[in-house]
Amino acid sequence: MTASPDLIVPSGTPADRGNRLRTVAGSPRLAFVLRRLGRAAVSLVIVLVASFFMVQLVPGDPVRAALGPTAPAATVAALRADLGLDQPVLTQFTNYLTGLLQLDFGTSVTSQRPVATTLAERLPTTLFLSVASFVVAVVGAFPLGVATAVSARGGRRRVLDLGVSGFLGVIIAVPNFLLAVLLISSLSIGAGLLPPAGWGRPDQAVLPILALAVGPLAYLARIVHVEMLRVLDAPYLTTARSKRLPPRLIYVRHALPNIVTATLTAGGVVLVGLIGGTVLVETVFTIPGIGSTIVSSITAKDYPLIQGIVLVYAVLVLGANLVIDLALAVIDPRSAIGEA
Amino acid sequence: MRTLRTPQGIFVLVGLVLIAAMTVLGPLVFTDAATARNIGDRQLGASFAHPFGTDDLGRDLFARTMVAARLSLLLTLGATAISVVGGVVLGVVTAVLPRPARRALSALIDILLSFPWLLLALFFSVIWGATSSGAVLAVGFAGIPVFARIVSTLAASIANADYVHVSRMLGGSRLRTAVRHVLPNIAPPVLVNTAVHASVTLLSFAALSFLGLGVQPPEYDWGRLLNEGSERIYVSPMAAIGPGIVIVFTGVVFSLLGEVLSEKRTRAVRALKGSERVAEVVPSENVVDVKNLRVAFRGEDGELVERVHGVDLSIAPGEVVGIVGESGSGKSVTAMAVAGLLGPEASLTAERLSFGEIDMRRPLDTAARRTLGLEQAMVFQDPLSSLNPALKVGRQLTEATEIHAGTKRGEATRRALAALALVRIPKPAERLEQLPHEFSGGMRQRAMIAMGLMGSPRLVIADEPTTALDVTVQRQVMRALRDAQRETGAAILLISHDIALVSGFCDRIVVMKDGVVVERLAADDLDRAQHPYTRGLISCVPDMTTDRDRPLPVLGMVDEEEVPA
Amino acid sequence: MSHLEFTGVSVRYGHFTAVHDTSLVVREGTTHGLVGESGSGKSTMARVAVGLEKAHTGTIRLDGVDITDRSRAAKLGRRRVQMIFQDPMAALDPRMPIGASIAEGLLATGRRHNRIDREQRVRELLDLVHIDPARASENPSRFSGGQRQRITIARALAAEPAVLVADEITSALDVSVQGVVLNLLRELQAELHLTMFFISHNLAVVRYVSDEVSVMRGGRIVEHGPTDTVLTDPTDPYTRELLRSIPVMGQPLDLSDANL
Repeated sequence: MTASPDLIVPSGTPADRGNRLRTVAGSPRLAFVLRRLGRAAVSLVIVLVASFFMVQLVPGDPVRAALGPTAPAATVAALRADLGLDQPVLTQFTNYLTGLLQLDFGTSVTSQRPVATTLAERLPTTLFLSVASFVVAVVGAFPLGVATAVSARGGRRRVLDLGVSGFLGVIIAVPNFLLAVLLISSLSIGAGLLPPAGWGRPDQAVLPILALAVGPLAYLARIVHVEMLRVLDAPYLTTARSKRLPPRLIYVRHALPNIVTATLTAGGVVLVGLIGGTVLVETVFTIPGIGSTIVSSITAKDYPLIQGIVLVYAVLVLGANLVIDLALAVIDPRSAIGEA
Repeated sequence: MRTLRTPQGIFVLVGLVLIAAMTVLGPLVFTDAATARNIGDRQLGASFAHPFGTDDLGRDLFARTMVAARLSLLLTLGATAISVVGGVVLGVVTAVLPRPARRALSALIDILLSFPWLLLALFFSVIWGATSSGAVLAVGFAGIPVFARIVSTLAASIANADYVHVSRMLGGSRLRTAVRHVLPNIAPPVLVNTAVHASVTLLSFAALSFLGLGVQPPEYDWGRLLNEGSERIYVSPMAAIGPGIVIVFTGVVFSLLGEVLSEKRTRAVRALKGSERVAEVVPSENVVDVKNLRVAFRGEDGELVERVHGVDLSIAPGEVVGIVGESGSGKSVTAMAVAGLLGPEASLTAERLSFGEIDMRRPLDTAARRTLGLEQAMVFQDPLSSLNPALKVGRQLTEATEIHAGTKRGEATRRALAALALVRIPKPAERLEQLPHEFSGGMRQRAMIAMGLMGSPRLVIADEPTTALDVTVQRQVMRALRDAQRETGAAILLISHDIALVSGFCDRIVVMKDGVVVERLAADDLDRAQHPYTRGLISCVPDMTTDRDRPLPVLGMVDEEEVPA
Repeated sequence: MSHLEFTGVSVRYGHFTAVHDTSLVVREGTTHGLVGESGSGKSTMARVAVGLEKAHTGTIRLDGVDITDRSRAAKLGRRRVQMIFQDPMAALDPRMPIGASIAEGLLATGRRHNRIDREQRVRELLDLVHIDPARASENPSRFSGGQRQRITIARALAAEPAVLVADEITSALDVSVQGVVLNLLRELQAELHLTMFFISHNLAVVRYVSDEVSVMRGGRIVEHGPTDTVLTDPTDPYTRELLRSIPVMGQPLDLSDANL
């Protein structure tokens, strides 16, 4: 290449080294998407294998453990045959996979209903809870994080800044189930404003969503705060200030777009955490979602149901990660190029 | 440690003492109260005698909380130990393996990391059962991917450090390098993360016990107490809130411990009070007029440190002035003061600091901002970060004139194309639509010059514009600067450490050292420089005529070079 | 005194070739300067000489022994080629006292040293680079940039190298401090008859230090020869452009028809 000394120097960045996929795919973004889909597929395989072997790995006899030590041997043998546990492992695995392809997750030991039915009934609730809490957390975190960053940078309200920062720090430290209990006891029992449990009416959704969203909101607000501070100190912000643009333009047009990547990445972590948090919050508020179900099924050792829920949760998490990664690729092309 | 004297440090110390007291003394002091059943007093609410109330067997809940401290903390420490040891082993192995295995293992860790810890813990607790030991294993294993990722990232970054390469080049084996260099440099961040992780583990454990999957009765830990208490919040909220407060407090102490241990010092900006009323000054014809400029910054210990001690500077219309100095001379701070771009942590006083008719010591009104936006252009040192990476170059070129002069988009685009052509950037129409990272370094600097051309510049401030560039690229950028000056008649203030560059481009040179101006002279008069520092600067820089047979002259006293703060 | 010879060396990163089929000789007891701008491949040449990068083709011979393969002779040979890096802070373990860092260099000699010998040798080396030997127990953060650079030189010398590779060693230093380091190198070369391979983008510095110069561009050497010849009357147009671009004290910058 006739290198004019002015060209960008490709000095062996990861994007260049052995990136055959990139040349095949024709564009770094497409390569990134393909790579992520590939990884999602591999993850799915791992999840399938793990959820299957979960039962195999239980020490002792899972059937005995489920039915209790006093159950008659005939019942135990019948259940074992039902669950297919008397067959060779490979056969069990194949049956497991073929069943999944037909959306047959087996039958629950405790309720004798198909697991798929239970999942179908309860999944929408958990989904709604996760998504609604995520939206609340994100919508609340942005203005809070930006405002605290701008205030901290001005350095004029140090006591207030320290107070808010400390308050957020404490909120992050309060686990969501404890927050749920606190909310119930203060707003529900104490002030009588909102119902303490149950599901179906809009006002029954307020406390659970609040309990799920407040911690992540504080966490995200802190991330936005840190990112905003980093960006406000960046040289290109000095350039923007040197153009004497109005402050609104400086924050919205120049600063905000540069915090999107880190915030979105943190948002992904938050979303995944929220999905996990539904387990606790549903239990406290007795909400009929898959979260409360998994706890009861673990206690009851209802393995088909446990497997089904673990699988669904894992798929939800994989899906959330994929969506976030794809959003990142669309919004910030450089993150796609930079990935090894 | 200095950090212990901060409010955070004191809080952490006190907290750790309290936690230790609970763990060691709790069961000793409170066991009786915790086990004494008193059916008559059952399910009482909070009171003086029973701060957290009593449970349904009449046992004092505060006492039970204190007794439960030992179990909770031991389980937490056990789970944390599993996570840390497992994570360190996995992380070090990942960093040390040959490339294909490393990528596979790394991908596996990433996949595990993508799941929320609670689901992982539930998964493991299915296998190991809902008991305290099962829960310790579950929470411990669920925390391994996090640590493995931290450790492998740390190890990888340290393995790439030059001093590790040197150790290998000197013949050190991989093992020796790992033990003598990698581990000691990994240890502090791992320690910090352990403290933070302990906090997370504590809360995770409480969650599992709360769900009934952790500690089983008759044993009880804080999570279990929370579980029992939450069933009774209708009657006695303190039964749950009490243990809850203790859990949160302990968690906060651990995570603050991590922050205190980390050697990172957060830069707290303390704005200095605005300047007092400043006297009116007579307008001058100069583009820039500076008299007795002093700039001070608040250091980390709170002391005000003056960096610029009484600098005078004036720039006539169309003049090209250069400020030469080394690091610490205050040249950049002076330039930023002239531009009015010093941050809130700087305290600025001057008898005079004006740009044309605008007094830069006062807060700027809208008219002043408009004038400055159109008449002042800046070029900064680092081409990589001076342009906004998220915005198209075209947008960054046109916005100032659109906002301040009300130029319509079409007209602004036309002018942007002309500006890019003046600085000789080829295919300007395409370039306008690109993002900065698609430009090379020299091209970005020329784009910044073009940005200044969009208004009607009377002054271009270029702060080390070519320091990061190759010498042939520097020539192109300096040419663009000269053409911009000829086209607009603007004055130029060039800041540089390269005295040869400044002497070849500027009409006048100002030499700065340690915050003061030591000499001013015309560029043509450089060989008649008087001040020893100027003469030293000139003679100690090797050029193409330096005598190769003699040692280079050295500035001042060598062994008393400034040690960096 | 040793000589270092590159023959037909190519280095690739994925699709990108940093060095094309390049040959170069660093003659015994002399300093060979390699000058070029970013992306020229000069740093890659330095790194491949000390084994930090792999050459895809070609050989590098130290006194006739190929040091690029995996044989034991090659390993021993590589230890006799030591490098000084651009960033002295990154080249010193921040948690090790400088005396210990320098003592690490003694490993490469292959000889055993007891503690007394080690400390003695460290003191000698600190003296050689004009740093107070009593400061051997201090950490790198207590020294300035120029001092740290001299400490790394002491460490390299502890290894008793046959060839010293200096990769942009003055670029990160203030102008007033560069002279100290360059003068030290001159002194050491005169006393110890070192063979040096000096890489820099700064023509004036390269000219000052080197007996022979090679100019590199786009992974190839476009010109080479004795310093005076190459830098006073170059034949290659790129070398000429490089020379034109250097600001000369007291003369206006030559900005006429700067190529795009």
